[in-house]
Amino acid sequence: MADTNYDVIIIGSGPGGYVTAIRSAQLGFKTAIVEREHLGGICLNWGCIPTKALLRSAEILDHANHAKSFGLTLEGAMKADVKDVVARSRGVSARLNGGVGFLMKKNKIDVIWGEAKLTKPGEVKVGKSSKPVVEPQNPIPKGVKGEGTYTAKHIIVATGARPRSLPGIEPDGKLIWTYFEAMKPAKMPKSLVVMGSGAIGIEFASFYLSMGVDVTVVELMANVMPVEDEEISKFARKALEKRGLKIITEAKVTKVDKAASSITAHVETKDGKVSQITADHLISAVGVQGNIENIGLEALGVKTDRGCVVIDEYGRTNVPGIYAIGDVAGPPMLAHKAEHEGVICIEKIADVPGVHAMDHRKIPGCTYCNPQVASVGLTEAKAKEQGREIRVGRYMFNANGKAIALGEDNGMIKVIFDKKSGELLGAHMCGAEVTELIQGFVVAMNLETTEEELMHTIFPHPTLSEMMKESVLDAYGRVLNA
Amino acid sequence: MPINITMPALSPTMEEGNLAKWLVKEGDQVSAGDVIAEIETDKATMEVEAVDEGTVGKIVVPAGTAGVKVNELIAVLLEDGEDASAIDTSGGSAPAEKSGGDKVPAVPESSSAIEVGAKAATDPVPAPKNADGDRIFSSPLARRLAKLNGLDLKALSGSGPHGRIVKRDIEEALAAGTGTAAPAAAEAPKAAAAASAPATGASADQVLKLFDKDSYELVPHDGMRKTIAKRLTESKQTIPHFYVSVDCELDALLALRTQLNDAAAKDKEGKPAYKLSVNDMTIKALALALRDVPNANVSWTDENMVMHKHADVGVAVSIPGGLITPIIRRAEEKPLSVISNEMKDYGKRAKERKLKPEEYQGGTTAVSNMGMMGVKNFSAVVNPPHATILAVGAGEKRPVVKNGELAVATVMSVTLSTDHRCVDGALGAELLAAFKGYIENPMSMLV
Repeated sequence: MADTNYDVIIIGSGPGGYVTAIRSAQLGFKTAIVEREHLGGICLNWGCIPTKALLRSAEILDHANHAKSFGLTLEGAMKADVKDVVARSRGVSARLNGGVGFLMKKNKIDVIWGEAKLTKPGEVKVGKSSKPVVEPQNPIPKGVKGEGTYTAKHIIVATGARPRSLPGIEPDGKLIWTYFEAMKPAKMPKSLVVMGSGAIGIEFASFYLSMGVDVTVVELMANVMPVEDEEISKFARKALEKRGLKIITEAKVTKVDKAASSITAHVETKDGKVSQITADHLISAVGVQGNIENIGLEALGVKTDRGCVVIDEYGRTNVPGIYAIGDVAGPPMLAHKAEHEGVICIEKIADVPGVHAMDHRKIPGCTYCNPQVASVGLTEAKAKEQGREIRVGRYMFNANGKAIALGEDNGMIKVIFDKKSGELLGAHMCGAEVTELIQGFVVAMNLETTEEELMHTIFPHPTLSEMMKESVLDAYGRVLNA
Repeated sequence: MPINITMPALSPTMEEGNLAKWLVKEGDQVSAGDVIAEIETDKATMEVEAVDEGTVGKIVVPAGTAGVKVNELIAVLLEDGEDASAIDTSGGSAPAEKSGGDKVPAVPESSSAIEVGAKAATDPVPAPKNADGDRIFSSPLARRLAKLNGLDLKALSGSGPHGRIVKRDIEEALAAGTGTAAPAAAEAPKAAAAASAPATGASADQVLKLFDKDSYELVPHDGMRKTIAKRLTESKQTIPHFYVSVDCELDALLALRTQLNDAAAKDKEGKPAYKLSVNDMTIKALALALRDVPNANVSWTDENMVMHKHADVGVAVSIPGGLITPIIRRAEEKPLSVISNEMKDYGKRAKERKLKPEEYQGGTTAVSNMGMMGVKNFSAVVNPPHATILAVGAGEKRPVVKNGELAVATVMSVTLSTDHRCVDGALGAELLAAFKGYIENPMSMLV
């Protein structure tokens, strides 16, 4: 009889689940991970990674379209071949999907293929997967275990999330898309309506815009990317609109009429006016919701709230021996939050000294539209709402040598400090490569630097990162190059 | 060339001193080794010897000058054949190689010669605080928050990587009220600062190399341990302790205690409303003695004598990992039953580490009772801002002489430690006599 007893079983092999599994194995736990669909989860099969591949194609196309401004002449036209763009993106996912399989093997983590269900504390029944085998996970990796009953002292639920849908505007996979369909269009649409301007919505809007599609974004809130600092959000909106994106805020899609090969979205603005927008497709990007159903949580009395499992600061649910991490355990639904949450959870189980709860204020967020948006910590509004006295510093890309040389001089960096203690409360950016820059401030926040250490830090010249220092200097009235 | 005599540093940390007295006058001949002046620091008076021979050409700093900076020119010595016209005092404050202090051994600022001797035996080279050896790892933000809130990082333990003190440690300390500068320290920051550094003990390396590597285990200090170490070191270094002992006969008190406890009203479950202990009565007796001898109910600050209007009696409670001193406020006004019940509550919550800062900070005196552990007598360390602390031993049957005859009585020895800066020996004796009066005539506590 095959060995079915583990120290730790993790349900779901997304970025949270598989990273937790590796850490678990490193800590000496006998570990198994259950997956029903694709190693690596949404993130690297249908989310973060393949969209970055698409956006890279878009970026190169954008550059090519501006070749002249760099003194380069392109003979003939630069054209996007939708099939090849998608194929490249899928290939990137396939490569990473295989990589997760390799990592599981390397760390001696058993992969159990199928649909997991918690039957009682310490026991997981794995049944036949309800999901078809599709690319990039095709075929099912060799050597996986199959259906059966498995036991473990610790069971970590990492089942992730799926697109949320609005009643009456349910995705049909043909005219109304979610990110799954938007990820691999068979042909480039002429026009699109994107419902929701969070990271997912705005990234697809940006991609399709670069591909020459007529895109309209409809957002319920007053600003696009509503979680971002208002000033940055407005800055990004202006830049996106300059690129040709149509944005309607404080508006909702009340109804979608479907025709044979087009939709008509009824968009109602705050003042009650309804307009109609006809487009080839509508992308529904109104957020995601946790996958809490059909895994036996209710029967075991695991507490959930608004579609997510309720956990304490170490991922423990109210039922001993059952844990949850990542999207299923609540917002922010980000891969890097899931990974960190998972590591904290398993280290707490192993009683590793010095494990601390995650500081939610130090989770960065990145959106890869053009121009990019990145942030960490409190927005200016949030900081004021908390009654803090603050200092705000700003620096514009158009005064930075590297940005000008790159031809990327539209952007800004904004930092927020606590006036009294000099604590870096938040950093917000819009512009080229800011998704890579933000980490400098994340490290600074995590090491608890004040403005002083940042001012004493030497930033290399010429780089975009110099703007980070200048923004800090600006907050203290000491900006140099502005 | 004239030889500059400058203010010597009498200890590694001395920054300034008072020029108390010149033992020579201008024109006097001195030779190397002659005592030429007396310098006062806040702790000691030291003699300054001449390093060279010559004639005292000029006394630059007159006797009785306070706050003379180390290395400041205080006098000029003329060598043979020179006269006063050669004196140029303008550059006097430069560190002179012929400083009078060169010959003065740098001793720790301690008034006790015995202590110096003992220290020298074990620690021949009192290494000044080494920046590395003493480094406290902390985040920049934690340091700034500590500064803004007047917290001492030394009193905190870090929860960050490798014990680094981070923001959450500061926030927790602020919430718990630990690590704040003690009231006394806050009132006399200068005294504390001037007194810091000299008594740095042997470094961790120096201690550890005396033992085999496998023969011990290292247990990191927690915040309470650090606070105890810091506060008591500070106390013994800055407070001149003075001790007065007396024996008290307890028989009358024990009899009264039984009588009072028997008379306690009982609730429905038969639980008495109070149950007095000898300790409760000791607290009350000390409080009343302080009321009677108000000059002993004081705290020292550099500027003023703090005359307390009430006797707030701290009671040392031993708890796992350390001790804490909750305070019975206005104990002189409180009936014994109230003191007793308050004490029970404090004792319980102290063990759970649930006392609020306002319950253990401050106070005007303290009682430390080790009688229940069979200790006959001991001396306690004054816990500033208190000026006194009473160390209480066990009540035991001892032979006593009564009316010229040998008799047996229950006797308890107590030792009062006083801060001699504000409670002199006689005053301490007066306080102790008053205390003994209440203990031996316990009925007087009830009126």
